[in-house]
Amino acid sequence: MTQSSQQATGNLPNINERNLDWYIDKVVQYLVFLSGISAILLIVGIFVFVTIEGLGFLLEDFSFREFFLSPWWEPTDDDEPTYGILALMAGTASVTGLAMLIAIPFSLGSAIYVAEFATGKTREFLKVLIELLAAIPSVVWGFIGLSIMNPLIIDTFDVPVGLNILNAGIILGLMAAPIMTSICEDALKAVPDRYREAAEALGGTRWQVIYKTVLPAAKNGLLGGVLLGVGRGFGETMAVLMATGHAINIPGSVFDSVRALTATIAAELGETAVGSPHYQALFTIGIFLFSITFIINLTADLIVRGIRKS
Amino acid sequence: MSNTSAIDNQFLETELNVKAKRSETLFRILFMMMAALLILPVLIILTTLVVKGGSMISWEFLFSDPTNGMTEGGIFPALLGTVWLVGVALIISVPVGVAAAVYLSEYAPDNWFTRAINLAIINLAGVPSIVHALFGVGAFVIFFDFGTSILAASMTLAVMTMPVVIVATRESLQSVPHAFREACWNMGATRWQTIRRVILPNSVSGILTGVILEVSRTTGETAPIMFTGAAFFIPVLPQSVFDQTMALSLHLFVVATQVPHVPDALPYGVALVLVSMVLLMNSASIALRMHLRGKKKW
Repeated sequence: MTQSSQQATGNLPNINERNLDWYIDKVVQYLVFLSGISAILLIVGIFVFVTIEGLGFLLEDFSFREFFLSPWWEPTDDDEPTYGILALMAGTASVTGLAMLIAIPFSLGSAIYVAEFATGKTREFLKVLIELLAAIPSVVWGFIGLSIMNPLIIDTFDVPVGLNILNAGIILGLMAAPIMTSICEDALKAVPDRYREAAEALGGTRWQVIYKTVLPAAKNGLLGGVLLGVGRGFGETMAVLMATGHAINIPGSVFDSVRALTATIAAELGETAVGSPHYQALFTIGIFLFSITFIINLTADLIVRGIRKS
Repeated sequence: MSNTSAIDNQFLETELNVKAKRSETLFRILFMMMAALLILPVLIILTTLVVKGGSMISWEFLFSDPTNGMTEGGIFPALLGTVWLVGVALIISVPVGVAAAVYLSEYAPDNWFTRAINLAIINLAGVPSIVHALFGVGAFVIFFDFGTSILAASMTLAVMTMPVVIVATRESLQSVPHAFREACWNMGATRWQTIRRVILPNSVSGILTGVILEVSRTTGETAPIMFTGAAFFIPVLPQSVFDQTMALSLHLFVVATQVPHVPDALPYGVALVLVSMVLLMNSASIALRMHLRGKKKW
């Protein structure tokens, strides 16, 4: 007995010895760490490369007043090209605004129904459908705006053009709603069940429990979900390019055609010479878009993190 | 007798009770209608695509070249181009994405640096697709001098869709119970041996659902490939990753907006093929996930 246990100890590998496995473990640790920080490197890389390409314009032709306050985007004018993105910002803002007006109530309502009311098979079915809805590519949405919504709007409202804020707003709303619904549903799910049980024990109906207890508790998560939806709508490109009518315009009604910041880059980048002021101005719009979405995402993250801490 | 009636009285509905019940029913129906209204337009749209584009779908449509200025013929070069783009993007993003998820799930300490990585991942998914396109042009087409090629376009797509793989993989790794790791460490295994022999085999199906989702996302993206490697029309099929190619998503944009005198049904046909591919892949991913949930023993 004693002998055999001694023998076993003698055969044990020396744990201080650095064998091949030890070195493999170290190498893998570094490789994995490198992949881990790749996300940070890529985000920095995106900012750096887009800025480098737009730098010439930023240093020479760029004027803060003209860029942000002039409604004239005429980069191809021979005599005096002007680079004002006011009308483009108005286009993006109006389409995103209308989309959110549609998407926010619908996704909040759907999220509450899926998370709090629906049960069993109905719930699974709705969740799957909403997930599939989020998967439809943006170019297909743009095509739907162009070929289905366009004639529908012309017939219904008796207007000459159906490619306008209304069209793009509805399309964008339908695109953003499923993403917002699933984030909001997660936020509602994160509210502990004991909150609901306590409220129900006090005699509250399902709706009273939701309204007085669950919604206040999930407030930050819901706000974060809405913000992420705004970010998605703001950065959407193909659908907006195809459904807005792509006319530079400060809109007066929802039936006006507009042009969005993202769509301008998509439509014009292919026609400009690399390094020309026009090309660099498009990259400058890119820096602007990047900064805005970065701020939106950062804010959403801070808000959502706020609840986890408290 | 009197006892039971007292209890009955206790649960008698007061006016307040009835009002609360009524408002509950009202809101339940309102929210149900909202959920239904969210889904209804999509069902209408899918039906329209099938009705108007269904007549286009045939072996010939899928496997022949576009002819007559893209107003007739099939979509084969675009279909093949999409396979190229998605394939190369996967080869780049899956290893890096899985490794990043392994780091976040198995190695990363809970500190500000890890939070910064998570924030970067959220941002990578949230940056507008057209900004990814600008990055692709600035970095891969010009700086690394790949030119407008499959390689440049696929790398742009890889950067853009990597968060999908990272998030799905991380979730799947974290669902492996901690006891599995401890048991393995106690046997004297190194961290990597534990990950390779125990954690990865137990989460490979979860990773697969993420990869399928990424394939679906990559298939539908248009803006990031427009200026980095996909072209409106190319008469020859790509021979290597340094060639340009056609792509299905861009092809839909082109036949819907850029080509004159396209017969009505053609873009519907292209859209139907694209949507079917994407929805099939997503359904496969969802089905796999549900199957796994049913099979889990811990």
